[in-house]
Parts: sequence; C-alpha cells; structure tokens
Amino acid sequence: MNSVNSTFKFKWGNHMFKKLVVAAVATSFTLTASVSYAGPKAEVLHWWTSGGEAKSVAVLQKEFSENGGSWTDMPVAGGGGDAAMTALRARVLSGNAPAAVQLKGPSIQEWYEEGALADISAVAKKNNWSKVLPASIAGHMKCEGKWCAAPVNVHRIDWIWANASVLSSNGFGMPKTWDEFNATAKALQAKGIIPLAHGGQAWQDATVFEAVALGIGGANFFHDAFVKLDKKALQSDTMVKVFDQMRIMRGFVDKNFSGRDWNLATAMVMNGEAAFQIMGDWAKGEFLAAGKVPGKDFLCASTPGEGFLYNVDSFAMFKVKGSERQDGQKLLAKLIVGKNFQKVFNLNKGSIPARTDVSLNEFDHCAHVSAADMNASSVGGTLLPSYAHGMALRGAQAGAITDTVTAHFNSKMSSKDAVAMLVKAIDNSK
Amino acid sequence: MSNWLEKHLPKIVLGPSFLAIILFVYGFIAWTAWISFTKSRLMPKYDIVGFIQYDRLFDSPRWEVAIDNLFIFGFLFILISMFLGLLIAIFLDQKIRIEGVLRTIYLYPMALSLIVTGTAWKWILNPGLGLESVVKSWGFTNFTFDWVINPDFAIYTVVIAGVWQASGFVMALFLAGLRSVDQEIIKAAQVDGVPTFKIYSAIIIPSMAPIFLSAFIVLAHLAIKSFDLVIALTGGGPGYATDLPATYMYTMAFSRGDIGQAASSAIIMMLVVFAVVVPYLYSELRNKNDQ
Repeated sequence: MNSVNSTFKFKWGNHMFKKLVVAAVATSFTLTASVSYAGPKAEVLHWWTSGGEAKSVAVLQKEFSENGGSWTDMPVAGGGGDAAMTALRARVLSGNAPAAVQLKGPSIQEWYEEGALADISAVAKKNNWSKVLPASIAGHMKCEGKWCAAPVNVHRIDWIWANASVLSSNGFGMPKTWDEFNATAKALQAKGIIPLAHGGQAWQDATVFEAVALGIGGANFFHDAFVKLDKKALQSDTMVKVFDQMRIMRGFVDKNFSGRDWNLATAMVMNGEAAFQIMGDWAKGEFLAAGKVPGKDFLCASTPGEGFLYNVDSFAMFKVKGSERQDGQKLLAKLIVGKNFQKVFNLNKGSIPARTDVSLNEFDHCAHVSAADMNASSVGGTLLPSYAHGMALRGAQAGAITDTVTAHFNSKMSSKDAVAMLVKAIDNSK
Repeated sequence: MSNWLEKHLPKIVLGPSFLAIILFVYGFIAWTAWISFTKSRLMPKYDIVGFIQYDRLFDSPRWEVAIDNLFIFGFLFILISMFLGLLIAIFLDQKIRIEGVLRTIYLYPMALSLIVTGTAWKWILNPGLGLESVVKSWGFTNFTFDWVINPDFAIYTVVIAGVWQASGFVMALFLAGLRSVDQEIIKAAQVDGVPTFKIYSAIIIPSMAPIFLSAFIVLAHLAIKSFDLVIALTGGGPGYATDLPATYMYTMAFSRGDIGQAASSAIIMMLVVFAVVVPYLYSELRNKNDQ
C-alpha cells in the first residue's frame, strides 16, 4: 500500500519538475532574444602598438564609444604588420574576419580578390567622400569601383631632413638638385661630418632609392617604372642613372650603417654627427619628441625633384555577419573620415589628414609644407604612390625590386647589372 | 580484461600522440607539398597547376644565394664544430684537475638561445663598436674586421657564431665517447709503446665512428633549421647576402604574401634533410638486419 502511494507521488513530482524546467528554458530564450541588439560593435585589427601610434588609435576608440559603439581591440604588434597579416589570414580562413583591418595600398585589392571585403559605398556617398579626398587616394580605397576602405592619413616619403646648425655653419642650404646634394655631401665629408645618416635595412635602402628615382627620372618615369612596371622604363638609361646615383650615395654613408634602425639614424642627425637623412615624415615625430624645433634645430624639405610620394594608412572593411557588426563597421568608417578624427589622429602621428578640408592651424611648419605640396602635386599629376611602402605594387613585385636595390647598394654591382637583375626579378615575381 | 589491457596499454597511451604526429607533422607536410603545386599567393588555393612555383624558385637570384649559403654554412659549420669539439674533448680527456669546471664553461654556450648568441656576436663583430674598434684602440690602426657588413664574407660570421654555440655540445658528445672506449685496449697499446697521438688516431677515434655520425646528424639538422641565428646576427645580411632557405621561406610566407613560393622552398628544404637522413637510416636498418 505504502509503496504504491510513494510511487504515485514520485511519478507526479518528476513530471511536474520536467515541465518546470522546460518552462524556465523557454522563458530564458525569449528574454535573451529580446535583448539581442546591443548597439554597433566593431573588432579592429591593427599594429599601432607603440607610444604615439597607440595614442592615435585611442582617439578613434574614444570617438567610437562616444557615438554608442563598442570597440573590441585586436592589436598585433611587430614586424611592420607581418604578425597582424598572419592573424588576419587565420581569421578570414575560419570565416570570422574582424570588422576593420589596418591595410594599405594594393593589399586592399588583393584581399578583395579573395572575396573578403565589404562594400561601404553607402557610407561614402552619405558623407561625400569623393569630394573631400584627393582622387588618387580615393582610388586606393575602392575595389572595382565600390568603396571598401577608409583612409586615415597621408605620410610623405620623399623628405630630406637636415641638422640646421651643421648646414648653416658650413654655409650650405637644402639641396635643390641631386648634383647640389652630391657637392654639399662631398664638402661635408671632407670636414669629417657624415653626409647621409642611413640604416642598412632593406626598406630604408628602398626609401632612398625611390626618392632618387623620382628626383632623377621625374613623375612620369616613376609612374611607368614602379606603378605600371613598364619594361622600357625599367631598362632605360634613366634607370641606370638612378643606380649610378645610388652608388654615389653609398659613398656618403658611414661604416656602421648595416642593420641600423631608422630612428638611430635620425638621432645621428639630431646630435650633429650626420648632416642629412632621407626618410618619411615619421622622422619628424622623433625630432619633435626630442624637443627639437622645425626650422631652428632641424630643417625639412622635399628631396630634390618634382613630385610627392605618399603612403596612406587605411582601414579596410571586411565582410561581417549580423546587424550589430555591420552597423559598427558603417559607424567606424564614417568616423574615420570625419573631420575631428582626421585632425586629432594626425596631430599625434605626424602625418597630414587625408581629408583636404581639415583646418591645419594646429599643425607644424613641416606639415603645412606637406599639405601644400600634396594639393599642388594632386593638381599637377605628380602625386604618386610609394613603392617602398607598399602603395604602388603588391608584396611580391615590391619585394623583388627591394631585393635588387639592397643587393646593389651593399655590393660593388655595376648599374647595368643591377638594371638587368631588376627586370629579371620583376618577371620572376609575377 | 586486465590481461588484454596490459597487453594493449602502451598502444592506447601512445595512440593520441601518434595520431597527433600523423596529422600535424605528416598531414601538414602533405598539405605544404600540395600548396607548392598551386598558384597560392595571399590565401591557399587548391587547384594544381604544375611546377611553376619550382620554376620561379630556381629562377630567383635570392634563392640561389640562399642555397649556396646553406651549403657553405652547413659544410663549414659541421666540419669546424666537429674538429673543435673533438680537439677540446681530447684535451679535456687528459685527466686534468679542473675538468668539471672547464667542461661547464665549454658547454655553456649551448644553453643560450640563438637569438642571444646572434645579438652578442652582432655587437662583437660590428666594425664601429666591437672587435675592430677595440684592436684599433690598442694601436693597430690598420686592423679591419668588417666581415659582417661585407656581402661576400658575411656568411662566415654566421659560421663563427654557430660554431661558438655548437662546439661545446659536440665536445660533450665526444668526451662521453672517448670515455666509453675499452680501457684494456688502450693499456695494451701503451704497453706496446705506441705514442699517444697514434693511440688516438688509430684506436680511439675509429672506435667512435657512431658518435661522429650522431654529431653529424645533429649538426646537420641544426644547420638546415638555422633561422633565428641569421635573423639576430645579420637580419638576412647586407642586402640578402646571408639569406638561408629558412629565412627565405619565412619572408615569402609572411612578408610577401606568396605562400606558393614559401611552400616550394619548404619542400626543397625537406628534400635536403632527406638526402642527409635517409642514407643514415638505411645504413642503420641494414646493420640491424645483419645483426
């Protein structure tokens, strides 16, 4: 009797318990479903991890959260982006790409060809990007006519920096032609001053090479040789002359240049050990951080020649799923090309805004020179992408040219041999 | 049940590791081989197109330098390490007093990571900071030792740093080998009046042949894998004069977005390793079968 009662009670209890569990689970599902949209989200992959750069990214992060967005940072330090690119490849392969990635130049179009980029033309149209960005820069941000990336800044590559007192006490000004540069350098060398502070790393050799190539060959030659990879331009006598000048430059660097980092070369100019350095405008950041005043302690000028070699950092927008992440991506794109971010970021980083209608009141003298030159060269058709910094060519071709340049610079190779090797290396890399 | 378990327990315990090795080592070697026959650039593609990556590889002047460097570096590194290791081992074998301390000192470089070795030697060999400037400051103003910035000689600086690191290890191997030679034979030879030098060259060294082989295999695989030493010491050299297949492969894969080239260079590296290891394995297995 008792056993029958207890069995009956147990069965009834069990059944009720099951129902209770099902009811609870169903309620919790509906609850979570109704709070699904939490606001725009963006995961951003970048390698701006050092001092000034990290500060600059923090500006964007702040603005994004002020506009209601939630930012997930994915900083991958080092290697000029190598480690970040590896992380990106893994994420894209697993089907879970981050919303925005720090990419520049032809890599954007390369990733587009892998089918990984999103279309942000709606944001671009709404915010009038085609009116406020120079045409050649806008070109890099488009994939087959559709906007797929947002430009952050414009770095100028073809700067020559000088120690003001070394030049003035020896009666020299900033050289306007390469012959003038050679003469000034020889005279300074005779006085025991290192004419050119240089770091013997492949990318630095390439930076000097393209400044020389632009100066000696002109804008059309540069475009034919390093953007179109036209064989006639690559094999021309002008190219031989460029390598001749590189051989002369090799004589102006000091014995310990091999493997030296670029900022140590800048330090050599700062303390008067060396007179000149040919380096992009991030060198200005080093001077300013050491408390040097442009125009008084150090001089900035464009390297001899007509033209402007640019390096535009940008965020490429990758395909993401879900309305939160797509909204976050659109908000991010809008803010990146917004006036406030363009001003504050570039003040911190030492470059100039990509956007042409930002007031430059708070920028220094060298930035004003850069901006004026950029507008002038954009109008005159001499605004060119830098090959050494990954704007003009894809990795394999740029690497082939750099291999040749650095092999020539570090050996006794003749200019004619260098030109032959250049053509062969480019053919091999295609 | 427990009987069956006891019989099969080793297999069960080793099973997961074995499967992991099959997948992650051999499976991915097969994947790399597959990719080396495709046109992969930034992302892997799986359509086989033939030998174009190998054609491009052997056409590339930088790869030529890398392979030449591998053979120069490998040959010199193995030869000098074995010679120095044997010499130091023989000297230490002479029943000297502070043998333990000396042994530790010579073996110590092996405990350093190759990055530390490379960086330290970079500073020592730097013409403006290191050896050349010190000797110049002693008054020998014409002394130059700028191999590290000379594209023709930079690879020999990598040999110097590598030998410094590895000869202690080879010395330890040989010392153990020397100690394991049968003392009776040596005593008999001494009684016969054989000079010490001849005892070493005719009796002891030939009986250590297996140790030579082990040392060779270890050094050869260290040489082929050399990546961190080159990166720390010369960063690939003046230009790319100290490039090795490992650094070439890394550059192609991660800096140039050219996975096809990286895969083909990796497969060539593997074939070089096979060329060294397979004859050794064959001779070992043959010996086992004979016994």
